[in-house]
Amino acid sequence: MNVFVEAFSAALASLNAHRLRSFLTTLGILIGTMAVIAVVSVLQGFSDSISNQFSDLGSNTLTLAAKNDPDNFRTGQINRLTFEDVGALRYKISGIERVAPILRAPLGATLYKGRAVAPQIQGATEEAQDVLGVDTSIGRFLTASDEKNSRRVAVIGTDVNDQLRMPRDPVGEYLLIGREWFRVVGLLEKRGEIFGFSQDNRIFIPFSVARSLTGTFERSSMEVSFTVTNLAEVNQVRERTERTIRATRKLPPGKANDFEIKAADSFVRQFNSITATATAVLAGIVGISLLVGGIGIMNIMLVSVTERTREIGILKALGATRRDILIQFLLEAALLSLLGGLIGIVLGLLTGMGIASLIPNFPPAHVPIWVMIAAAGFSAIVGVVFGIAPASKAAALDPIEALRYE
Amino acid sequence: MIELKGIVKRYVLGDETVLALAGVDLFVARNEYVALIGPSGSGKSTLMNLIGCLDSPSEGQYILNGRDTSALSEQELAVVRNREIGFVFQSFHLLPRQSALQNVMQPLVYRRMSPSERRDRAAQALRNVGLSDRLDHRPNQLSGGQRQRVAVARALVGEPSILLADEPTGNLDSRTSSEIMGLFDALHALGQTVVLVTHEPDIAAHCQRTIRVFDGLIVEDHPNPARAA
Repeated sequence: MNVFVEAFSAALASLNAHRLRSFLTTLGILIGTMAVIAVVSVLQGFSDSISNQFSDLGSNTLTLAAKNDPDNFRTGQINRLTFEDVGALRYKISGIERVAPILRAPLGATLYKGRAVAPQIQGATEEAQDVLGVDTSIGRFLTASDEKNSRRVAVIGTDVNDQLRMPRDPVGEYLLIGREWFRVVGLLEKRGEIFGFSQDNRIFIPFSVARSLTGTFERSSMEVSFTVTNLAEVNQVRERTERTIRATRKLPPGKANDFEIKAADSFVRQFNSITATATAVLAGIVGISLLVGGIGIMNIMLVSVTERTREIGILKALGATRRDILIQFLLEAALLSLLGGLIGIVLGLLTGMGIASLIPNFPPAHVPIWVMIAAAGFSAIVGVVFGIAPASKAAALDPIEALRYE
Repeated sequence: MIELKGIVKRYVLGDETVLALAGVDLFVARNEYVALIGPSGSGKSTLMNLIGCLDSPSEGQYILNGRDTSALSEQELAVVRNREIGFVFQSFHLLPRQSALQNVMQPLVYRRMSPSERRDRAAQALRNVGLSDRLDHRPNQLSGGQRQRVAVARALVGEPSILLADEPTGNLDSRTSSEIMGLFDALHALGQTVVLVTHEPDIAAHCQRTIRVFDGLIVEDHPNPARAA
């Protein structure tokens, strides 16, 4: 171990003796590492914020929806979920905890004191609060009694509230949705945007009300989200649901499902796979830039070995073995590269933070520790790999020739 | 101590083979004070490199302290240089970016000695050559004579069996030359074996024994009358 400590301090001293050159040599590594850390930090910050927004929808939430391919839309034979499907979920399948049907109700514009907006109007039951993980910041969510009595009440998103310039506390105000008046009973918590789509431009009304207002209206469509009692059973529940819904919809064996069961976190997973692909592409680019940086280090180290030929000769005369010289030069290259990597990490972090703070509404940058450790380790390895050629050249020098070198 | 038997050294330069040493036999006992002299190209530098274990002979045997070094690997030769040989060069060959103390500590690094022990030994070696007040000076802050004394301290710090000096006064003026030669004389008096390579008769005159090399052979080997007495 002592050998390495010695060689380490010797390497440090030697780099310190040529500070400017050392810095320029490692610039390639520095910039490569800086680029990767900056991009990863922005990407990770973004990815984290997406995951957080979806974490309310636990992984024990599944969603049943009708499946349509382009042919269905062309021919107009669009598959829809029926109320029987909802009933089947509620009463026929074991292992399901709560069922929250959501009926999209295209009722038309929403008006308040002469202003109009067109939010997404969704018929929902009280279960939606838990299943979808929505909460109100003011007032209350829909209740069982709203549902039972088909009350004309609405829980509105913050965008609706803002765009209609309603009072900060909108509870008790009246909205005209389509041709019906609704009393506002609650304001939803702000959820922000995903890919530029606002999650706050929505209104919940009781499911029974939505159902009676849309009737068999062509453009209405339903999805059912439901939670699984036991997370470990989620796959069994999914299979049971598939079987039961096929039976309910009277699909003959061999016919493909006209519905799908999605996990609520599938979007997050999809997003994560996009991030992973982006990261892999990035890693490739960074690999190339580190390669170039490594070649730069090799180049300068070879020059440095030639320049220090006499010094190497002296050390050999004093009893340095091949291995001593090899270790010293390898460590020098590794250290050079590692220092470049470390500076690059710091600058990359700062750059990432800068980018994130310059873009409005962008989540803060974040880099996982392991990425930083990997970046530092990788740059050191680049140094070792590209240090091999110069170090072996130094180690192989003939002491007599080296001593004579002017 | 030093025992050379039928040493031949050939160099291959292109298609030509140069015979640098053409069969040298030599014995140097412990605590001898020897001068190797001869014109340039005579083979004396090659002889010195062989004695210093910087090179291996093409033929013949070199027995150093009872051990045959002719068959040693490069790695093993490095260890022999570190333990048995102390080099002093004409142009000092100090490490320019390191202080006098660090220069003297350097050979001990390869003995895997602890830093504190290295420091103590190196400081002592510098005191012995009269440079205790120059420990932290770099070579460019020292005069030629001081530099050569640092080099002598570095050569001696590992307590080698042979002090091998190649034209040690070649880059020094006459006053510092005699200072350095005084140092060698004193070291010899303390029991050190010293082998000097020189072409200056004045310098050779300090030694007990003069060996003249010419065309790769030892042509003269005689005790120095002035000193031998």
